Amino acid sequence: MFHQVKQAFRSPKFLVGFIIFTSLLAAAIIYPALSMWHPLQIITRPGFAPPGRYVNIQDVIQVRPLDRRMILVDVDANRLGNVVADEDVYNMIYFLETFLGVPVGHLSVDDQATVIYYWNNYYDPTYRHAGMIMAEHLAWTRFHAQLQVALDGTIIIAYRDEEGYLQEGAGFDTQDFVHIRDIVNVYHFPLGTDNFGRDMLTQMLSAMLVSLRMGLIAGLVATSIGLTLGLVSGYLGGFVDDAILFITNIFTVIPGFILLILITYSLGPAGRGVTVVSAVIGLTAWPWTCRAVRSQVLSLRNRDHVNLSKLSGHSMPRIIVKDILPYVASYVVMALILQISTAILAEAQLSMLGLGPNTAEVATLGLMMQWATMFSAWQVGAWWAFVPVILAIALMAFSLNLMNTGLDQVFNPQLRDS
Amino acid sequence: MGDIIKSDKIAVDRAELEKRPSVLRGDKVTKVFGYGNSKTVAVNAVNFNFREREVISIVGESGSGKTTLAKMLLGLIGVTEGDVYFKDAKRDISSHRKKKEYWRGIQAVFQDPFSAFNIFSKIDSLLLDCINLMGGKKFSPEKKYEMMSEACSFVNLKYDELTNKYPFELSGGQMQRLMIARIFLLKPKILIADEPTSMVDACSRATILDMLMKLRDEVGMTIIFITHDIGLAYYVSDTVYIMEQGKFVEVGSAEDVIISPQAEYTRRLISDVPKIHEEWDLSTV
Repeated sequence: MFHQVKQAFRSPKFLVGFIIFTSLLAAAIIYPALSMWHPLQIITRPGFAPPGRYVNIQDVIQVRPLDRRMILVDVDANRLGNVVADEDVYNMIYFLETFLGVPVGHLSVDDQATVIYYWNNYYDPTYRHAGMIMAEHLAWTRFHAQLQVALDGTIIIAYRDEEGYLQEGAGFDTQDFVHIRDIVNVYHFPLGTDNFGRDMLTQMLSAMLVSLRMGLIAGLVATSIGLTLGLVSGYLGGFVDDAILFITNIFTVIPGFILLILITYSLGPAGRGVTVVSAVIGLTAWPWTCRAVRSQVLSLRNRDHVNLSKLSGHSMPRIIVKDILPYVASYVVMALILQISTAILAEAQLSMLGLGPNTAEVATLGLMMQWATMFSAWQVGAWWAFVPVILAIALMAFSLNLMNTGLDQVFNPQLRDS
Repeated sequence: MGDIIKSDKIAVDRAELEKRPSVLRGDKVTKVFGYGNSKTVAVNAVNFNFREREVISIVGESGSGKTTLAKMLLGLIGVTEGDVYFKDAKRDISSHRKKKEYWRGIQAVFQDPFSAFNIFSKIDSLLLDCINLMGGKKFSPEKKYEMMSEACSFVNLKYDELTNKYPFELSGGQMQRLMIARIFLLKPKILIADEPTSMVDACSRATILDMLMKLRDEVGMTIIFITHDIGLAYYVSDTVYIMEQGKFVEVGSAEDVIISPQAEYTRRLISDVPKIHEEWDLSTV
């Protein structure tokens, strides 16, 4: 066994695949653990934020001239007037009346205080109203954010005097700078944020681990069913073989993905946990393993070493486990790797259709793709919400397939490159 | 070594042989594979009677059904029709326990030593299995070691050099000798040797035949050679069965069958044997 493992690592294809795979795995384990956020923690305001460094707006306010102007006016007089023009107030009233059900005529442009009161109580930036295009929605979200800063972001530049009382200091102008190091809340989003304002990189790497776990569960389920049925069917032959082959053929004829869709759909949203979905993927993927194992066992069971084992008085289960299984083991490992890769892709496909795991605790690569689709990442040009995810899925499937091809060449010398 | 076998060849007293008790007897034993149009009759109603300490050769070309017959006799595949009698009692191998009991009395050496071993288990386990089959499971490790060493030295192998080794670390001749060591441990009533020497070199071949004969004399077992080599059949066996397309076409003592063959098929088989000082007739090939 050790010899075979050593041999596998001599295959360049297997080695490359293994290195890519372990790097992905290491990144998926280490980065989320070191990250300052929980993978699904909402950090910024909703909306796709492109990759880059971010500074909390409370810190920025002192540096940006526009915001400073908003803040430094006499707050008691008419601070709203400095942020919102009459036209904006008119739009707010229209919005409140059309979408939020405030009676027409109740609000007026002159009574800004009431408008603000209603706005703060009724407007929900996360809710997307029917009939509103994305750009409008985002515009309102931004306006709301600006308004909030104007309303409660009162910043006093002050210093403490000898008694400890805060003394109002001087104003400041465009020539005031602050060192970037002194800004407290600098966040780095290497892959931006998704529509919910969550860090994409942390989320994606943790999703990779979840997807891999799902692939592993599905692969193990599929391989163990396929292996058991293949061994029994191939070794026993006769009626048992016919019966198992009949079932296998039925599963082979029905397209697996359709079966998968039907089963996950009938489970309903409540039944679709991460483990359940992976088990279902595994349950629809075993027939090929079963057929391949069966045909190998058919030729193995007539070999002399099996006959000799029988003559030594060994029982049927022992012969299957000790004299047949080791001979198909290398093949089964290869099939398992392929099953894992297929299962990861199947999960992504299912989730894109909205039939993936129904969970709010963890992200999977498929779910991230679904969220990107749902919140029109493509339309708003938020490439960072789906391109890295696609690459992650592709890279995982690629590395697993590369390992499989490498192993195939080790165990089937005929396939070796000359 | 080859000469030893030749010089050891003493014509067995047929009358005495006929009086020995029967160990394996077949009555219209038939094996049919497949159904309907794909039906193949591999072994067609053969009768035979193998006696104690007799050396039998079943000779035939490839596809004549000799290996199928051997597998039926070993109980590895079922018999379609007819009965097999073991020690004059009808053979009963309906359960695993009964099969195990049957296999204590009948064992085999296979043709290809490279495929007869499970390459994933060590040589020790092969020999230990034999001790276990003979009911020696509770023997002390020393006793087991002694038995295995004895078996190995019988076939000119050293157990201490083989222990903890895997089959693929051995040569073909060593593997085949180990198979005979296995038989030495089991000491069965009947040994079926399916082309035991066709995959090993000429030198090992003589050694192996010599060991089998020695074993037969020590244990008093019946040996059934399954072979296509009529020369081997002549040198080692008391009785020769010539098999063609699932039927015995000629049965008799080795001398009768080979020196004065009756059936056309037997004559052809004999003429096909290459002879060093004569031109080889390839017309029938």
